[in-house]
Amino acid sequence: MSDNTQDPSTDIVRDDAQVEQAVGLRRGMFGAGDSGDTSGYGGLVAPVVLPGAAQRPFGGWYDEVADALESTIPLDRVVIDRGEITFHVRREDLPVVARTLRDDPALRFEFCSGVSGVHYPGDSGRELHAVYHLLSMTYNRRIRVEVTAPDADPHIPSIVDTYPTNDWHERETFDMFGIVFDGHPALTRILMPDDWPGHPQRKDYPLGGIPVEYKGGTIPPPDERRSYS
Amino acid sequence: MTSDVYAGPGAETNEGRVFTVTGQDWDSITQGLADGLGDEIGEERVVVNMGPQHPSTHGVLRLILEIEGETVTEARCGIGYLHTGIEKNMEYRSWVQGVTFCTRMDYLSPFYNEMTYVFGVERLLGITDDIPEKAQVMRVLLMELNRISSHLVCIATGGMEIGALTVMTIGFRERELVLDLFELITGLRMNHAFIRPGGVAQDLPPGALDQIKDFIALMKKRLPEYAALCNANPIFKGRLEGVGHLDLEGCLALGMSGPVLRSTGYAWDLRKTQPYSGYEDYEFDVQTWDTCDSYGRFRVRLNEMWESLRIVEQAAARLRNLEGAPVMVADKKIAWPSQLAIGSDGMGNSLDHIRHIMGESMEALIHHFKLVTEGFRVPAGQAYVPVESPRGELGAHVVSDGGTRPFRAHFRDPSFTNLQATSVMSEGGQIADVIVAIASIDPVMGGVDR
Repeated sequence: MSDNTQDPSTDIVRDDAQVEQAVGLRRGMFGAGDSGDTSGYGGLVAPVVLPGAAQRPFGGWYDEVADALESTIPLDRVVIDRGEITFHVRREDLPVVARTLRDDPALRFEFCSGVSGVHYPGDSGRELHAVYHLLSMTYNRRIRVEVTAPDADPHIPSIVDTYPTNDWHERETFDMFGIVFDGHPALTRILMPDDWPGHPQRKDYPLGGIPVEYKGGTIPPPDERRSYS
Repeated sequence: MTSDVYAGPGAETNEGRVFTVTGQDWDSITQGLADGLGDEIGEERVVVNMGPQHPSTHGVLRLILEIEGETVTEARCGIGYLHTGIEKNMEYRSWVQGVTFCTRMDYLSPFYNEMTYVFGVERLLGITDDIPEKAQVMRVLLMELNRISSHLVCIATGGMEIGALTVMTIGFRERELVLDLFELITGLRMNHAFIRPGGVAQDLPPGALDQIKDFIALMKKRLPEYAALCNANPIFKGRLEGVGHLDLEGCLALGMSGPVLRSTGYAWDLRKTQPYSGYEDYEFDVQTWDTCDSYGRFRVRLNEMWESLRIVEQAAARLRNLEGAPVMVADKKIAWPSQLAIGSDGMGNSLDHIRHIMGESMEALIHHFKLVTEGFRVPAGQAYVPVESPRGELGAHVVSDGGTRPFRAHFRDPSFTNLQATSVMSEGGQIADVIVAIASIDPVMGGVDR
């Protein structure tokens, strides 16, 4: 029935002729796969595509920041989406990028709002994303810097020496996603107990929970309930 | 020394001996040190574990202090005792249900948690500019009332910890008034889940504006009491002045925001610098102090309550002209379909709505069912829209994969970030000053651990 499968890593050409990588695949509409396809929507297959790279000129101050950054390191990709600019950089460049962003008089991103991990199991070779939100109080600008690491080699350089505030944030992201921040002064678990197995916010880590019985009926835990896809 | 099985007399650990002190004097420790143990450890370091169950640690914060006499040489925090996996749980609920989870994080400022998450969702949906004016004003009203109640708790508990019990009793007395307003408007005192993607859950109930007016009048009489009790009180000043010092450079390095940052004299407030929800249309001043210490943070909070009161007054005046205006976005594919009403058996869907979907329109029933069970889809992408919470920059990093549930929601909680400053604020000071320094950060462990 479902021969029309598509490898999630297949490149998909969008209208604007930019090549984008799908980070996942959505099948059907109603989640349940244990019964017949009574709706007729079960055969739907749609790639999950995140907003694509922007072309120059980016407009406004985006170009200034991009120029200043590009003079130091090559930019992997720049995404402008919903008024927010995201610089994708190679992970080995991150410490230089962070130092430049903070110290360059034309950039002056003094304030780091920490790091947020995201796990895209379908983004093969770049499953783990670390997302940094930076704020320049001098120029009143916000940017996002994103780096990735494969599941097989979950290492990303630490930027604690540039932004000391990231100390706990990197520990949290390590705790929750298993991203190892090389160079962090004391990378230990912070929210979960020290001897906890696994990294809870990865997508392959189950939510957990037990069925709840009430007046004869049983409700399964949230991650085992029927849901929409 | 006690019969505590975990720390009996001389219980061996990996390093040194463990004494359990639950209050009163530290006689057992001095005795133990004098009784020959001193030969081994008398000259060595003493590590005091304070918490996680300690009234002055603002919830379940564990402090590990290394002391020399009364002087703290090293201070470290142990957190995670209140981790409830809220971010993970949100990935298994619809976008609207997410509000119900995140409101419980920082339980003293629920509206801010809701607001930053909802802003993220709205930006992803591309409906930021479509939010009705009344919803925007109500959001501002609730947030500023919330700032007052949050600062009141901060000042109240901070006062209690240094023995100023009257400050505590009057602080909670006033907070109760704010919670009464919340209960009137949202139905709940805490954990409201009232700000929803697209607007707010419910219109203002009749009589709310009059009660707000009375509240403002009363607060104008009550707020000066705090100033009279504390501002020039020699004991209060003696305990707070110069304690928990952190200058602007330190604040920026550690990512501090909110009153701690403003106590260094830097007027950074997202409501002014990056206005949202129409804050640019309100008249208020950013409050700063220039002493970089706990006393400055207290004064900043006290002054901010006055500013919040000003904003509440302006918001209430606008709401008087917006009677009957919509509080939810017009797009019926996003707006929650039903309004609530009080029935004979409590609050539930309004009978008018039930009559409509059950008796008049099959399409309305389907629509209601789909929106409530499946929810709306949010286009793939990510957004980060921070707000100025009572504790500083609170932001939600919201990621969507185009589905009906958040792919990832991460909260950058200011309590979490600011708590890192415990070490630099406390080391080199007295043990008693650790409590004052932490109180001046105003951490809420629900937000720290999420």
